Amino acid sequence: MAVLTRERPTTDRPPPVPRKATDRWARRAPLLPALLFLIIITQLPFIATLVISFMKWNSLDPGGRGFAGFDNYVNVFTDPDLRSSVVNTVVLTASVVLISLVLGLGLALVLDKKFRGRGLVRTMLIAPFLVVPVAAALIWKHALYNPEYGLLNGILNWLGGPQPDWISSMPMTAVVASLVWQWTPFMMLILLAGLQSRPVEPVEAARIDGASPFQIFRYLTFPHLRQYLELGGLLGSIYIVQNFDAVFTITSGGLGTANLPYMIYQTFYQAHEYGEASAAGVIVVAGSIIIATFALRVVSSLFRDEAKS
Amino acid sequence: MIKQSRVWGMIGWVAAVFFFLPVAWMVLTSLHSEADAATNPPSLAAGLTFDGYTEFFNSDAWPPLINSFSASIGSTIIVLLLAIPAAYALSIKKVDKWTDVLFFFLSTKMMPVVAALLPIYLVAQYTGLLDNISFLMVLYTSMNLPIAVWLMRSFLSEVPKEILEAASIDGAGLITILRRVVAPIAMPGIAATALICFIFSWNELLFARVLTGVVATTAPVYLTGFVTSQGLFLAKVCAAATVVSLPVLIAGFAAQDKLVQGLSLGAVK
Repeated sequence: MAVLTRERPTTDRPPPVPRKATDRWARRAPLLPALLFLIIITQLPFIATLVISFMKWNSLDPGGRGFAGFDNYVNVFTDPDLRSSVVNTVVLTASVVLISLVLGLGLALVLDKKFRGRGLVRTMLIAPFLVVPVAAALIWKHALYNPEYGLLNGILNWLGGPQPDWISSMPMTAVVASLVWQWTPFMMLILLAGLQSRPVEPVEAARIDGASPFQIFRYLTFPHLRQYLELGGLLGSIYIVQNFDAVFTITSGGLGTANLPYMIYQTFYQAHEYGEASAAGVIVVAGSIIIATFALRVVSSLFRDEAKS
Repeated sequence: MIKQSRVWGMIGWVAAVFFFLPVAWMVLTSLHSEADAATNPPSLAAGLTFDGYTEFFNSDAWPPLINSFSASIGSTIIVLLLAIPAAYALSIKKVDKWTDVLFFFLSTKMMPVVAALLPIYLVAQYTGLLDNISFLMVLYTSMNLPIAVWLMRSFLSEVPKEILEAASIDGAGLITILRRVVAPIAMPGIAATALICFIFSWNELLFARVLTGVVATTAPVYLTGFVTSQGLFLAKVCAAATVVSLPVLIAGFAAQDKLVQGLSLGAVK
């Protein structure tokens, strides 16, 4: 593992000498292009979104543009479609993250053991994550879920089972299942990295002292894995909160599966309600900031551990 | 002991087959004729044909594929040009408060792009850059820059300090140091970073869907339109999905070892 050196006060080092201004700018110079680029492209649009969210603005009615106060926010929270999209976003994100974390943990524990063909098993398990998300959604919709010739009903047919119409009878589950399939490998990889970075001696010592495998998992492995579980959960949440591809492709936001990103896309792209779309955007940002605060805390704790080792 | 490892192996293999099945099914169906693709129960042993692929490439699939390649490769190059010097200033010759800067980069990645979509669309409309692949290139650059900075920083901090000091005593400037000293040592890291940025750009749908229309359509957008405009021809859809996924599968397996590090923004090794 790489060792990071941090220029933070250590006792045997003299206090940092204040650098000259020219030296400071020489150090900053290589950083500035990237920093400026990112500030302009990623920060300014959010400010614009915030401004537009307080405006009355439908692009089909250019004359009616004006100040709206909190009207757009009131609309977002009172419009049943938009409100249900908030609920859908939470349900979708929470179920995909939790299920894929549990499955990913199971798979990581299996891959942590030695068995024949482990490399190939690992490669096969990563494959779902490497299918282009839209392509994956299309395959699930047409090649797996299709009630007439999809693989799922094909298998059920062999077994003499029923022939359900998966997407219309359980739309949300269908979207969740396809995303769990894609995200489980991601969780597995993070947790596997966590498992393999776990110190060996305490486990050996516990085994010699007669601890059962369950006790070892409960008291040694799990506490070590905790921050990796948190990291996987938070990063997964950040990516899945924003999911657009699966909802767009599998249900086109119909059947009560529209999440906030899809709703915003539709409000602005099809209904041309710029003000409302922006208000919904601000709400997504607010939600993300809450998740991101925790995520950043976990990343910085891993960062500090790394710096210590 | 031997028995136990066999049990783990069994579980592992069952899980692998289960997770790999949709991918295998996609490839198998793509090689079937349309008649064999849409049967119930599935016809596993049907004859193989490349008709799906031929049809896919005959239906104007090249322009979107080329657009995707130029957007992904173009943005990856810009990302590296911006990220490597930045990472240098955050690992080798550190600026003051470098951790704060690093975390600023990371925090931009955690903001939902959908909230920035409208202003970006309006800017594109105002500047006449709608349906323009270079505009997508710029957006993909900003999308991947934080990841690349974090990754490159962790790779660059592995470059031995002594070599760098020797080079700068010999009077080498920043560009020379980056090109002659840092780049060769950090090359595997740079390659992994490039592959990961390529994957994220290649996969992107939302921006491409909203900002491109006719000329600059990318492969994922083309895929979504492919189904609606062609009716449903399962074999052809599977062939299209396979072709579009192929670059990502190749890049992903090539970067397998560094994939976790990239996806966790460098937090996990």
